[in-house]
Amino acid sequence: MAGSADTVPIVRIAGVDKVFAGREGGRTTALSAIDLDIRPGEFVSLIGPSGCGKSTLLRVIGDLVQPTKGAVSVNGKTAEQARRDRDYGMVFQAPVLFDWRSVEDNVKLPLEILGKDKAWRAKRAKEMLELVELGDFTKHMPYQLSGGMQQRVAIARALSFEPRILLMDEPFGALDEMTRERMNDEVLRIWQQTGTTVVFVTHSIPEAVYLSSRVVVMSARPGRITRVVDIDLPRPRSEGSRETPRYFELITEVREALRAGGGDVDDAGTPSAARTMAEGAVG
Amino acid sequence: MSAAAGVAGRPAAEPSGPGGAGRAARAVRDYAPAVLVAVGGLLVWEAVIRLANLNAFILPAPSAIIGALIANWNGERFPLWQSALNTIIEAVGGFLIGTTAGVVVAFLAARWGGMRAMLLPLAIAANAIPIIAFAPLFNTWFGLLNPLSKMMMAAVLSFFPVMANVTRGLSGVDPSQIELMRSYAATQSTILRKVRIPNALPYFFTALKLASTLSLIGAIVAEYFGGQGSVLGRMIVQSASALKFDITWAAVSLAAIAGIVFYLVIALIERIAIPWHASSRSEG
Amino acid sequence: MTAGPDRPEIHLLERELQLELEAAQPRIPRLQLRRPVAFLLLVVGILVLWEGVKLLGGTPWKAVGAGPGTPVIWNPPFRWAFANDLNLPHVWNIAYAMGQPFQRGADQTLLQYLVGAAFYTWREAALGFVLGSLLGLALATIFVHSRLAERAFVPYVIASQTVPIIALAPLIVFALGQGVLAVVVIATYLTFFPVTIAMLRGLRSFDPRALELLRSYGASRAGVFTKLRLPASMPYLFTALKIAATASIVGAIIGEDTGAIQAGLGRVITTFNQYYATGPEKLWAAIFVAAILGVTFFLLVRIAEIITLRNRPSIDA
Repeated sequence: MAGSADTVPIVRIAGVDKVFAGREGGRTTALSAIDLDIRPGEFVSLIGPSGCGKSTLLRVIGDLVQPTKGAVSVNGKTAEQARRDRDYGMVFQAPVLFDWRSVEDNVKLPLEILGKDKAWRAKRAKEMLELVELGDFTKHMPYQLSGGMQQRVAIARALSFEPRILLMDEPFGALDEMTRERMNDEVLRIWQQTGTTVVFVTHSIPEAVYLSSRVVVMSARPGRITRVVDIDLPRPRSEGSRETPRYFELITEVREALRAGGGDVDDAGTPSAARTMAEGAVG
Repeated sequence: MSAAAGVAGRPAAEPSGPGGAGRAARAVRDYAPAVLVAVGGLLVWEAVIRLANLNAFILPAPSAIIGALIANWNGERFPLWQSALNTIIEAVGGFLIGTTAGVVVAFLAARWGGMRAMLLPLAIAANAIPIIAFAPLFNTWFGLLNPLSKMMMAAVLSFFPVMANVTRGLSGVDPSQIELMRSYAATQSTILRKVRIPNALPYFFTALKLASTLSLIGAIVAEYFGGQGSVLGRMIVQSASALKFDITWAAVSLAAIAGIVFYLVIALIERIAIPWHASSRSEG
Repeated sequence: MTAGPDRPEIHLLERELQLELEAAQPRIPRLQLRRPVAFLLLVVGILVLWEGVKLLGGTPWKAVGAGPGTPVIWNPPFRWAFANDLNLPHVWNIAYAMGQPFQRGADQTLLQYLVGAAFYTWREAALGFVLGSLLGLALATIFVHSRLAERAFVPYVIASQTVPIIALAPLIVFALGQGVLAVVVIATYLTFFPVTIAMLRGLRSFDPRALELLRSYGASRAGVFTKLRLPASMPYLFTALKIAATASIVGAIIGEDTGAIQAGLGRVITTFNQYYATGPEKLWAAIFVAAILGVTFFLLVRIAEIITLRNRPSIDA
């Protein structure tokens, strides 16, 4: 793959297949022959139509789903070992905050599980919430925050234990366009400050282009990588970057790659989104 | 972010007008009709029976009921206070037995999926079966005169909603929350402590409220089927068959008060134990 | 796949993802056999447990329906009081008793007698069920249309849930005289509470955007009620009706037991309870029939629910 030779990859995915055994013996091939290397500090987006397996691929990297075939190594370890070493920070489409914990306590959750001492937890939670600019909301309960603010809490939580890799599954899919753009800048700023590697699943072409170092284009049935587009927009990126001709060229390039793969993009409200939101409303 | 401060969630207070005055007016608007119905209803009831000079046989005037309650508080034939106490002991005892068993079984069911598959039809069947028909059997098993026979009826009625609700609360966790915990490599016991149990608490309290009423129903209905004399169920049946309906109503009122107090105690504990739930609900 | 303490969750997650992938494909509805099979297994399990207990610690086993002096087939190692033939008769002896005359010299078998009593009770319960449902529906309709009525009366309907309203049963029996009427009234009021409360929510459970749409068509209140409120409330109604089905039978049995009439299951249970020492199987048989009656009524409502809601997206738990 282009330009992956010079540094040792932090994530190496080699020949990964994932087949789900359906009911009545049916089988669904979610991923087929996936090869992908991700370098340390890279911002990689996975984009593709619904059912292309991009969320599954993210979970294969995070050891939340086991590949049927092939191997994933992270920092030279198995994905499972990486998960046990707490190398991953996850952010989902829904904020997945715990109703019964204050904003601060939600951020502290992974630190509790890692067995960090109390003083450190408090200090770290404060720092992280200041990083996502929610320093004034530490004692609030999740339901008192707007959707965008909740998602920022989720990001602070994911970063609190300094994971090597941040895995984000359509984190801003449920937000409105304005909030989403603001959150994009926020994520870029945090990424630059922390130097974390980010794997980012999205439906939105502009979002993928604006954020990423590389955009991985996938297609469905079976889920496979059809192209990898290098994004050479200069850093740091800002509002101005969205108006450069190169930005539009890259958007067109990704769109054409998607079309060549035969997919319909930007169908917001995937079944998973609808379900998660419905459950959230009930709980 | 300055914009963020502006969207500081939904504000806690509704857009009310001039502060306290608006709130008071709203309280009057919300509660006055119900209070009026209660007071008016009682007055009309009392007035009709007095003015029409009815022989208030079935439906004695409220004053007569209160009179009967006071006269028979420590009565010879109808010791209402002692009866209420005995019935409450049966109900609370059954409630404790039933809810404890329900919670234990729910935890086992959450641990072993196979057991859950077996319990689900049992819970559904328990909803469909008139369990109180078993009351005579309980009398045989645990002794007609032993309060335990009434307690067990209350326990069985309390058991099922607690078991079903807590199982649902422990297992019906948002899959994303489990995924998140797995990404932290959290153990099953950590997931249980930090996710499943907090998630189940609102379900648990809903079940406790149901069980509070059901345990009283269980105790009183089991008393209908016979047993020691100084209990509310017997008071109700015996005073009604003796055509002393003022005493019947007094006993029924005591049962109602016991039910309301029991319920309110649990609602109070709920508010203290899971404040996040109560406040997020009142906001919605 | 490696084994770890947290592996079982994976299956759950995989199913979630898989459902997501399948969501796009049309699904062929299939006859759901899992529930009935699980239920059957449960019944068999209880019977096995029952006889298992008696096998370990009951009174000596004899042939079905055998009197004193017949040879012992099996002598259990323990003598648990709760498992003796008085407290826990053999399943087959209960079945045998069903085929015998229900009392000395009667020409009806116990089963025929109990089925007759069950029908009698069911008629009362069903009448109360219908009246209570209509009453509940009417009250909820008034409450959702009148804020004043709602504020005045709904707190009492809600509060009634915390009160053992069944305590009123004997009063009603003596008030209305010993007869079917009292039983029906008890069944009615036990039905109308859950229906009212569920319909208060159900009649408001519609999508507010659908109301705006109907308003844009200039629909009347009646139109909104029949085209939107009522259809949207159906899942709530059936949830309440399932509760009410059992509650109405409970009401009928209690009504009969407290002395209203000389027929029906409630009366039979009281009578057989008095003669328990000489024929424990009869009381057990009566309780079984009461249980079956409850389940049957519940299933009838469930079938009506399946038919009414057949075209709706299922939220089957």
